[in-house]
Amino acid sequence: MNGVDRHFTVAQRVLHWVMAVCILAMLFIGVGMVSTVTTSHLALVSIHKPLGIAILILAVLRIAERLRAGAPALPADLPAPMKRAAELSHYALYALMIAMPLLGWGMLSAAAYPVALFPGVFLPPILAQSDSVHTLLWNLHRALAFVFFAIILLHVAAALFHALVRRDGVFQAMTAGSTTDAPRVRAAAE
Amino acid sequence: MPRPSPLSTIGSLIVIAVVVGCAGAAFAYAAGWLSPGRLTPSRLVAALAPPGGPVAGHRRNHAKGICFTGTFEANGAGSTLSKARVFQNGSYPVIGRFNLGVPDPAAADGTARVRGIGVQITTPDGQEWRMAMIDAPFFAVSTPQAFYELLVASGKKDVPDAMRNFAAAHPEIGAFGAWAKSAPFTESYAEERYNSLDSFVFADGSGADHTVRWSLVPTAPAVIVSGDDLAKRPKDFLEQEITQRLASGPQRWTMTVTVAEPGDPTADPSKAWPDGRRTVDVGTLAATKIVAEPDGPCREINFDPTVLPVGIRTSDDPFPSARSAAYAVSYDLRTAEADAYPGAGAGAPQ
Repeated sequence: MNGVDRHFTVAQRVLHWVMAVCILAMLFIGVGMVSTVTTSHLALVSIHKPLGIAILILAVLRIAERLRAGAPALPADLPAPMKRAAELSHYALYALMIAMPLLGWGMLSAAAYPVALFPGVFLPPILAQSDSVHTLLWNLHRALAFVFFAIILLHVAAALFHALVRRDGVFQAMTAGSTTDAPRVRAAAE
Repeated sequence: MPRPSPLSTIGSLIVIAVVVGCAGAAFAYAAGWLSPGRLTPSRLVAALAPPGGPVAGHRRNHAKGICFTGTFEANGAGSTLSKARVFQNGSYPVIGRFNLGVPDPAAADGTARVRGIGVQITTPDGQEWRMAMIDAPFFAVSTPQAFYELLVASGKKDVPDAMRNFAAAHPEIGAFGAWAKSAPFTESYAEERYNSLDSFVFADGSGADHTVRWSLVPTAPAVIVSGDDLAKRPKDFLEQEITQRLASGPQRWTMTVTVAEPGDPTADPSKAWPDGRRTVDVGTLAATKIVAEPDGPCREINFDPTVLPVGIRTSDDPFPSARSAAYAVSYDLRTAEADAYPGAGAGAPQ
């Protein structure tokens, strides 16, 4: 691994941590806003919609950057099933980052609600009103939110496992610190 | 790189379990799973159900209704209170729904104490103003929590003191009870005055805010029907009457906005504001055409009173938020049950 930078690019790391905050906030806001009739309901809904679109835009940028810059290789000694799980969970997370905002936008459209991001700022409907389409998208949006959170928990557990138990530099690839076998000195020297 | 000792590995695994466990617990808390007492929109909607359970495919309250189309003709006077496009002089398309405040779409028209109207006004800039109003002059209770408790108490037919206990805890219901007992019934949806009940904030072009309520005041004179006579009317007499009436010409209501003064109970729709408050007539709602609900444009609309144009926003009244949350649940349920809606079979419009 000598001479190979095992960091994600700076853009990837910034996007990762900004989106981590956004997506976690989004999931908590989502389950919270549908569980209360207090005025928090409206306040949370008014954050949920623009934040969802922000995540959609960031996800597009992030996938573009991933396609451009790739990702550091996983450690050679990582067992194949763990490698496979890492790859699959990352595909799932990218897919959900794109799908969830689109499902939300679509289900509001199919319910004939105006899709207001901010007062006076509307997104166009992407679907015509339809009871059956609304129901399908609503069910998907709700179910996938729980799937999303579950995968994030797995992702966090795996990241901490790399950081604390395996100590193999995988966690550090997404942080500002140095990786175990590719000291930050090298990156800084360039 | 040395691998950690088995002991520190166990410590690390415990740290991981604690982090994941705390995140899961926080999520469960946010979702209300750890708070069985939280009034969720679903609980509120479930409490609206009649004794036999909710009627699938229909709105969970105000279940019986008939669609209309028409226009809102703004006279421009509302622009002194709100910069909303809808108050600029002009005529804007309306989709509406006359309805009864009952959870049973098969209820006889004469049996409903509360009559209502849902209105959606669309302006050329693409903005919508949705409202759901009723003919009572004020609401029954002060808070959404009290409304839920009212629904629970009124559902306890086997507990003789349930309603008395409720009224003792929520004396504001006395005024509504008196209205319900004494207010006359009219013979037509066209003769009803419909009230927003909730307050909202109008923002004018200079940046000043005005907390307001509004009403649709009928231009048709009221013809009162006695209780005995009401019971003899056909089951759908209100729907038949409004259909015939609109066939002979549009029916109109004046939209009157009442402006609160400092200290008025803007957060409590069970309290009328004192007489003498400034009112502004901002335009006329004209209903021009009746369409039966199964074929009508109102069926797919959730008359969520928080769908507001720029220039109108919610106030400190706690009900619009609760109504928005509950109406969404009702919409989600009934659209998921659309197959149960009359005429939803083969060939019917979806």
